[in-house]
Amino acid sequence: MDQSEEQINLPELLVINPPPVFIVHQHQFSTKFKLLKAYESPLSTDLFLQTHAQSTKAIICYGKSPITSNILHLLPSLRLVVTASAGFNHIDLLECKQRGIAVVNTGDVLSEDTADTAVGLLIDVLRKISAGDRFVRSGNWVNKVQYPLGSRLGGRHVGIVGLGNIGLKVATRLEAFGCKISYNSRQKKTVPYNFYQNVCELALDCNILVICCTLTVQTHHVIDKDVLKALGKDGILINIARGPIVDEKELVKFLVEGEIAGAGLDVFENEPKVPQELISLDNVVLTPHKAAFTEEAFSDASQIVLANLEAFFSNKPLISPVIDV
Amino acid sequence: MAESKNDLPAVIVLGNPSFLKLYGEQFSSKFKLLKPWESSLPLNQFITTHAQSVQAMLCSGGTRVTPSLLSQFPSLRVIVTTSAGLNHMDLDECRRLGISVANAGTIFSEDVADFAVGLLIDVLRKVSAADRFVRNGLWPLHRDYPLASKVGGRKVGIVGLGSIGLEVAKRLEPFGCVISYQSRKKKPVPFPFYPDVHELATKCDVLVICCALTDQTRHLINKEVLLALGKQGIVINIARGAIINEMELVQCLVQGEIAGAGLDVFKNEPNVPEELLSLDNVVLSPHVAFLTEDSFQDLYELMSGNLEAFFLNKPLLTPVLDD
Repeated sequence: MDQSEEQINLPELLVINPPPVFIVHQHQFSTKFKLLKAYESPLSTDLFLQTHAQSTKAIICYGKSPITSNILHLLPSLRLVVTASAGFNHIDLLECKQRGIAVVNTGDVLSEDTADTAVGLLIDVLRKISAGDRFVRSGNWVNKVQYPLGSRLGGRHVGIVGLGNIGLKVATRLEAFGCKISYNSRQKKTVPYNFYQNVCELALDCNILVICCTLTVQTHHVIDKDVLKALGKDGILINIARGPIVDEKELVKFLVEGEIAGAGLDVFENEPKVPQELISLDNVVLTPHKAAFTEEAFSDASQIVLANLEAFFSNKPLISPVIDV
Repeated sequence: MAESKNDLPAVIVLGNPSFLKLYGEQFSSKFKLLKPWESSLPLNQFITTHAQSVQAMLCSGGTRVTPSLLSQFPSLRVIVTTSAGLNHMDLDECRRLGISVANAGTIFSEDVADFAVGLLIDVLRKVSAADRFVRNGLWPLHRDYPLASKVGGRKVGIVGLGSIGLEVAKRLEPFGCVISYQSRKKKPVPFPFYPDVHELATKCDVLVICCALTDQTRHLINKEVLLALGKQGIVINIARGAIINEMELVQCLVQGEIAGAGLDVFKNEPNVPEELLSLDNVVLSPHVAFLTEDSFQDLYELMSGNLEAFFLNKPLLTPVLDD
């Protein structure tokens, strides 16, 4: 068989907007699937789907390639949505459920790296590592400019918002630094940490909040003015989850007015836009939504995506389902 | 205290330790502080005029306590230094003269260990570089961002498993790092021991320098060790600049013989090699790994506690020399 004949026998995989994991490991996908790359077509997405994807059973997506009810409507044969991410707030889960479409994510493979970044951001904000690096590179050290004291991490009371895979890993890491851990989650868990029913109450008792939960209708803007006020002037906010979990306008206000002490942010409400006010602050650390962007994580993510696809196409149980059908 | 200023025991202060900026008043309420930098007299004259009967000295980590300096203080019985490091002091001469020495003990170990781990995560995950990327407005322009490295699974070699080294090991374990170490002596710890730094470097891809600066450890980390560490290698130094051959480190970084470095200390602070200032794979900090509001307070309490103990003829809290 020549290559084009082989290609015909491969199952179709639709890509509307390519996830970074897919881009880096594309060759692994192209040998196993007939890739329908809507992003490379001159046709509009809708037209491409109508023309080429009517019998496509599987689609790969990520945050910037949302699976809306409109898209689902244009894919009558779709049976599986794979997101190359841990988060799935960009997928209309209700619609998928109603249509009997399974949804899988990357399971736990990105959790460690995300947790590591959360801890790294926290240490950076408290101990002013990036600010110190700027201080040295600008020549301020040589010029004997006064350097501000950092704040100790040990002994701090950390509140983890969302004690899932990522939150738990953040907790075990911070325990080794001598932090006291409490959390808020949808359900109480069997862990040696104090459970708080309410995020505001958690914020009142803690001076560090690490946001590790999923973005849902319930968690949208759950970190609001009241929570930030409860967190207090010596409070630090770390967000490696999703931007819209935090009321960004309020957060900026609190930071600019010194009503909280600092923030480490990997995610924003309107990426890649970052509020201009934050750019000039020395007590924030800003990263471009890349908490889990390591070689190892990308490799593991592409492996689990492929494994899920393989399982699906051979009628075997899905590896990391968000919705199973 | 109801005592008049003249009844307070005298302490000569050298090096203008920075914690005095915050705790100067409290300190002055317990001791009569002789501060040469506030006098118009040159140092030698100040000492001859005011410090001949002084028994106690408080100095910073930058004060070179040499035989020549010590000879100017005929009544000196104790030196309390604000640093954990002792490389600035001629301990043999202190011993010979019967002068007791107290240092900062282990009060900085946790904060320094926190910082070392922070530096390592920053270098591996390019946090500061990413922060620069965002602040420079590059995120909307560049979709692809270079992938960073995972922390877990890294083979971390700790050079010097003292108080700081142990705290670093404790913190890195939950990340999934594999720890081994080199030290003067083997320790009762579950980590593999290597008596030789070069061998440690061949087995690891991260080196965290946590040892004291002594004649034996000067330039301990040199080109051979760095080449052994390898092209994926990262060096973190929160100990003393001179433990690393800085010129060779810079060379290895510039030539890509190692992957990156996180440096809080340098050979000739506050001067940092020009070449490092333009590298994206290094994180530089101005010798602040020990510095937090809490550690400053701890330092004040310890310095004051050591001096009080001396003047009350009690044992020093953090003695360095065996008595």
